[in-house]
Amino acid sequence: MSATTAPPVSRSVGLSGVLLAGLRRNAWTIGLLFFLGLLLVFTKFIQPRYGVAGVQGLAISVMPLALAAVAQAIVVIAGGIDLSIGSLMALTNVIAAALMKGQSEEFGVVVVVGVVLIGILLGAINGTLVVLTRVPDIVVTLAMSFVWAGCALLVLATPGGGSAAWLMSIVTGSLGNEWIPKAAVVVIVVVAAIWIPFRRTRSGLSIYAVGSNGLAAFRSGISVGRTKILAYGLMGLFAALAGLAVTASTGIGTPVPGPYTLLSVAAIVLGGVSLAGGRGGIFGPIVAVVVLQLIRTDMTFMDINTNLSTVVQGLILIGVVMVGSLLQLRRAHT
Amino acid sequence: MSAAVQPSVAVRTVRSLRDRPLVPLLLLLAALVVLSELVRRGSVSADWVAVTLRAAVPLAILAGCQTLTMLTGGIDLSVSAVASMSGFVVASLVAGLGTPGGIVVALGAAALAGLVSGIGVGVFKVHPLIMTLGMSLVVLGLANVWQLQMVQTNAGVPPEVRWIGSQLVFGVVPVSLVVFVPMAALILVGLRRTGYGRLLYAIGDNPIAARLSGARAWQILIALYVISAVMAGIAGILYSGYTNVASVSLVDSALLPSVAATVIGGTSILGGRGGFGGTIVGALILTVIGSLLSSLGYPEAIRQVLFGAIIVAVAAAYTRVTSES
Repeated sequence: MSATTAPPVSRSVGLSGVLLAGLRRNAWTIGLLFFLGLLLVFTKFIQPRYGVAGVQGLAISVMPLALAAVAQAIVVIAGGIDLSIGSLMALTNVIAAALMKGQSEEFGVVVVVGVVLIGILLGAINGTLVVLTRVPDIVVTLAMSFVWAGCALLVLATPGGGSAAWLMSIVTGSLGNEWIPKAAVVVIVVVAAIWIPFRRTRSGLSIYAVGSNGLAAFRSGISVGRTKILAYGLMGLFAALAGLAVTASTGIGTPVPGPYTLLSVAAIVLGGVSLAGGRGGIFGPIVAVVVLQLIRTDMTFMDINTNLSTVVQGLILIGVVMVGSLLQLRRAHT
Repeated sequence: MSAAVQPSVAVRTVRSLRDRPLVPLLLLLAALVVLSELVRRGSVSADWVAVTLRAAVPLAILAGCQTLTMLTGGIDLSVSAVASMSGFVVASLVAGLGTPGGIVVALGAAALAGLVSGIGVGVFKVHPLIMTLGMSLVVLGLANVWQLQMVQTNAGVPPEVRWIGSQLVFGVVPVSLVVFVPMAALILVGLRRTGYGRLLYAIGDNPIAARLSGARAWQILIALYVISAVMAGIAGILYSGYTNVASVSLVDSALLPSVAATVIGGTSILGGRGGFGGTIVGALILTVIGSLLSSLGYPEAIRQVLFGAIIVAVAAAYTRVTSES
């Protein structure tokens, strides 16, 4: 999990020192994981029958939002924000569903690769517009959310299409042990395979540098514009994967964007990514998404009105951020 | 008087536009009105103006919430949830409390939501985006719970609210202007002539300088988010009167346009620059674009694409014109 926070400092310290530093840097994610563990125990306590099926359902239901949160986290780390993620997901979702309906399994592979490439392209378009127009990210991506949602409606006017059987089968069921849902494995493998190697490259470091201080990054020779476009391209990649996750888990394409955009912002903040840019990682947001979903599940188990669980999600978001900023305020005073 | 000494006409034009950012916006609005007339002869009439104004008023109020919060460098993403909630509360309480009572309760609830947001942003220094996003989840959830409670009673938009939201006096003047004009005047004058208005700009422009010169940011911000929430509540009641619908998700689709109207109107999302005048024109521009696109008979999909593209284009052009270098 060392890949979750700010770039490693290359200093010669002992192994314990490295471990300690890693712990400190990932304190937020580790705390979240600990909380998730507690929550699972609590779930088992209030619903003794919660087991394999529950974990499977949890993994499948968090998959789209987890990938959307990864997409959002990358842009926010680079100092931007993308309010069109939900629309991008809808667009890639319907493109995949429309193309795969009634086609062969092999063609499905082509479609998946194509949709991922389209995602990168669409994300890069967002980024290029942000860089070229110099209009704030939030405004450009907000406007683009209309454009991409409109395109999604052009592809499919009503929910429909289909999905290749293999795409649906790689996210349902379990792998080896019945407690390891395939959906969770897919998300972790895909995210780790793309993000961990990328973060170690020069461009990966640049994304953090540009987000934390654009001017300093520029003066140390980083092309700020290109880095931003790269971050948006990566965002598009993960948004496309999130859209494919919707296709895989529902089997159809739905042209109306889900609530993913704003929830992804909430998830990254809970996951320890700073909205100011330059700080945070990818795995914290994923854990945060799981925690949010599990709280929702628990509230259903406890027979609490599901609408109140929306309230609780909002309160958790506010509460966690308040505590976080209080800690920061106190540190600033001492 | 040689060209080398005097700046060229083009440069002077750009400069004067920078000083009067409303001028290009009004030109754009005029161009859009002309275009509407050209697309369909005879469509621009007193009727058309009245209908456009009636549709633009609630959007302009919501955009007003965004304008005020953006001046301080914030944003209010809870306006749609608060607006829908208060429209619904009025409709659900009208049987028990009457229309005025319902409106008082609805606006009180809105103010409470704003108070919590304001405390979060002002005292706890939570990022406004997150604070208002969380608040919108809370308000939406509570409104849903309330809806389940009220499902037995025959809730309906009261006729008085329908009258204010949708009626046209003499067929040409929307009644909602009675609410909007005093409110707009208050905001315009308040921003320009009162200490509170100037403090909003000061906080947004340079929070440290504002603090050092004695501004108590937390008090200003709490008041600001309460004002914003009450305005959103009023807009929500107008929306429910306009559409004759009381639903907890009625205003959701207006959230993004409210931000867009403010940005098109020249208020900087980074704070310290802009005003409500531009926002009103921005709301009118968006409304005219919307009706223009639907009068062209394009399907919803194309309309959305064009709508988004136009917002990017206008915002980009505006940034070009008003930027310093």
